[in-house]
Amino acid sequence: MRLDVIFRVTAKIIIPFALVFALYVQFHGDFGPGGGFQAGVVAAAMVIFYAIIFGLEAAQKVFPPRLVELMVPAGIAIFAGVGVISMLLGENYLNYSPFAANPALGQEYGIILVEIGVLVTVSGTMVAIFYSFVGRGR
Amino acid sequence: MIAANLPALQVVLPLLGAVLCAFLQRGVWAWGIALVVSVAMPFVAAGLLIQVLDGGIISYAMGGWEPPIGIEYRIDVVNAFLLLLVSVIGAVIMPYAKRSVEKEIAPEHQPWFYAIYLLCLCGLLGIVITGDAFNVFVFMEVSSLATYALIAMGRDRRALLAAYQYLIMGTIGATFYVIGVGLLYSMTGTLNLADMANRLEGIENSRAVLAALAFLTVGISLKLALFPLHVWLPNAYTYAPSMATAFLAATATKVAVYLLLRYFFTVFGASIIFTRLPVAEIFLILSLAAMFGASIVAVFQDNVKRMLAYSSVAQIGYITLGIAIANKTGLTGGIVHLFNHALIKGALFMAIGAVFYQIGSVKLDDLAGLGKRMPITMGAFVMAGLSIIGVPGTVGFVSKWYLGLGAFEQGWWWLVFLLVASSLISVVYIGRIVEVVWFRPVSAAAKRAKEPPLSMLLPTLLLVAATVYFGFDTSLTAGIAERAAEWLLAGIR
Repeated sequence: MRLDVIFRVTAKIIIPFALVFALYVQFHGDFGPGGGFQAGVVAAAMVIFYAIIFGLEAAQKVFPPRLVELMVPAGIAIFAGVGVISMLLGENYLNYSPFAANPALGQEYGIILVEIGVLVTVSGTMVAIFYSFVGRGR
Repeated sequence: MIAANLPALQVVLPLLGAVLCAFLQRGVWAWGIALVVSVAMPFVAAGLLIQVLDGGIISYAMGGWEPPIGIEYRIDVVNAFLLLLVSVIGAVIMPYAKRSVEKEIAPEHQPWFYAIYLLCLCGLLGIVITGDAFNVFVFMEVSSLATYALIAMGRDRRALLAAYQYLIMGTIGATFYVIGVGLLYSMTGTLNLADMANRLEGIENSRAVLAALAFLTVGISLKLALFPLHVWLPNAYTYAPSMATAFLAATATKVAVYLLLRYFFTVFGASIIFTRLPVAEIFLILSLAAMFGASIVAVFQDNVKRMLAYSSVAQIGYITLGIAIANKTGLTGGIVHLFNHALIKGALFMAIGAVFYQIGSVKLDDLAGLGKRMPITMGAFVMAGLSIIGVPGTVGFVSKWYLGLGAFEQGWWWLVFLLVASSLISVVYIGRIVEVVWFRPVSAAAKRAKEPPLSMLLPTLLLVAATVYFGFDTSLTAGIAERAAEWLLAGIR
């Protein structure tokens, strides 16, 4: 599909907007529908879309397989690490209240941090699955 | 701070360990991390057990959200005992794992192998520790997905098929579990198990609750490989890497049995399960079918791992028999066999893993004469084999003694004869191995075999020693099992 100009142009227009939309879903997650999982899926779908249009090599230049492989545990590390920080601050695991002077604000910060962890792992996992399927037999 | 957060640490440490293993792409470092985490786990579990024995139930509110709204980690005698069992097996198996994994897993996969093992440990401990029905499902998926991957990493290509078979069966089981939980949630409006037990009062006879019970029983029975839902187990245990087989055989099915106990006795209550519904009769028949059917199939196997896998199905029959007998002594027998069988099967699979390490085969014919080349390993194997049979002075006898007593108290004297008869079948399959290993001329495969490295031998011997020690000193195992049985039969109501 590298030679098809319509696909290439459309992809270049859609991908940046979709990535911004992923960020919107991500940071809207603590108020309404959305969150790390959905945002991660949208972001990963764009990487996969890019790979389908411009080829696997081009996508792997932007997102090297090694980075993707690190993203999978990195997200869990963020999630679990936030919980450990709560414990170090003297609260139960994953209790975000002590993250700010105002407990409600602390809860919000905690949710945002945890959701970033979810985003990293989900997008990493989806791209990793795609890479391993597409990379078979090469 | 650490004492108060022990319930969270029990699950979080393996999770963090898994993350570190995945980061460090070096097999030895990953093994080191897995070792440190696995060895720390029994201390956490022992700390929890001591707290429970001294001060009663521990309730830990995840994220500070009070139960029943938030996720509660709720630890009583029953699950504290199980936590200790699973973590001890994990700790004993890790020193053994290093050489075995180096031999059986490609170097680039080793860090992932340890990461997946730790995730599996995290999931199993999570199922046991949590007091929230949906949280159980999440941990069930964590441990199951990790298990499928562990099995698929076996060297034999058939490991992939075995893992796929288990994936299908396990997913059906998990789906049934969620359907059951969904029905209970719609009837009670809560996911907290203790709260659910209270709110079920008065609506136990509604059709939705009975349907939930049916879905939960079948779903969990798939996971614990109750005959005839055991078909995934023999292939999975046969083709998984040796270390994974030993770990899973000793822990995974036991955790599922725990979950069944939790639903039967804590959530629904013994009165519904055993007086109004024919659950005891159903479990009695299926347990007996497992004890005899699977034992007879085991006799005719030529692959020792597969033979032991069928023996596992039979031994699970003894555990569920304890549930079917459903008086205090019988239930004690079931719970103590949970512990004892974990020790025995762990030891047997570790010994056979050491054989595979040395001769690269677990075919019965290739094991001929191995007793002369690996006397310590095979001696350990025979000792653990005697435990499976239930020879007095071993843990196997303790479990069967309690089961037999429980059957007598129930007035089922014929069951005692069946217990002895099924033990005689295990004499046949263990005897077959003993005959081949000790009394045949050395086979070509076994010619150059010698004892495995100490790191593999010592953990195996440790478990075998435990099967003998707990055969004489039953105060820890049977004592705690008795308290657990009392606690379960008393129920919430």
